[in-house]
Amino acid sequence: MRPVFARVVTGTLMKHLKLQAGSRGRRESREKSVGLWCSEEFPSQMAEGRRVEEKILSQCRKYAYGQRDLFALKLALEEAICNAIRHGNKSTPNKHVRVKYRITRERIDVMVEDEGSGFDPAVLPDPTADQNLERACGRGVLLMRAYMNNVVFNSVGNSVMLTKFNESYSSSDTPINSTTVAFG
Amino acid sequence: MQQDAARLKVTHEGDIVQVEFTSRKILDEANIAEIGDQLSALVEAEHRPRLVISFAGVDHLSSAALGTLITINNKVKNRDGQLRLCNINPQIFEVFLITKLNTLFHIYPTIKEALESLRSGAQTGRLQ
Repeated sequence: MRPVFARVVTGTLMKHLKLQAGSRGRRESREKSVGLWCSEEFPSQMAEGRRVEEKILSQCRKYAYGQRDLFALKLALEEAICNAIRHGNKSTPNKHVRVKYRITRERIDVMVEDEGSGFDPAVLPDPTADQNLERACGRGVLLMRAYMNNVVFNSVGNSVMLTKFNESYSSSDTPINSTTVAFG
Repeated sequence: MQQDAARLKVTHEGDIVQVEFTSRKILDEANIAEIGDQLSALVEAEHRPRLVISFAGVDHLSSAALGTLITINNKVKNRDGQLRLCNINPQIFEVFLITKLNTLFHIYPTIKEALESLRSGAQTGRLQ
């Protein structure tokens, strides 16, 4: 079993992000928007997933994210990580889940990736349709989309990027575009 | 009569079974499996189960918890019983609205109103 680790992603990814932020104008805005990407990798166990969730939420509290944002993030992270473990990795202990995240005062981006073969979110049945209401599963993606500002799956469908803006943050700066982070 | 289980506080009011959660967060996978088993046992112990589940003190849940509630609702219906939910805080009620499960479950603001609805045989929840 690989040890759980945390590391700061540097090099190409940071350079890429700085270049993107630089194209958005003011230096102050750039410095505020570009946080450090952190990464966690853990075996397919919900207890490990919950540890990472708590770590991320704890950092969001330090950035003064409000209770509504924290509720939304906890819910979306729970759904994404649960999907990765149960549906992606089929709860196989030697398969891992990778979580990359970046938190600033303005927004949080979290990528959750599994080692599964992926799926096509476009063909998921609508869980709010009358005929599906009594089905016990299939609501995770709906909840992620409802509570996050942006949800993007990669082309394979084994990785999802969640973005949430900090509702408590007020600034005259225009928020950066949520779809421009490196992904896929 | 009252009995305390690990995840649930169960009280019998005549032939109505009242259930409260002992954990504020009922989204943990281990909790959910345990809660599902305990609720199933309560339903299966009754001929026509009449069950009120209170969410007092619960401040979070996930789709896994919703799935468990749906499974319990189906079991109750299969035994010609009735299920009521109550004391759901506004943030969690929003999850029911988003998933449209407010149209599947009979939801009441308070346990008193949920009990009254069972006694009067009301067929729709107060919160839709």
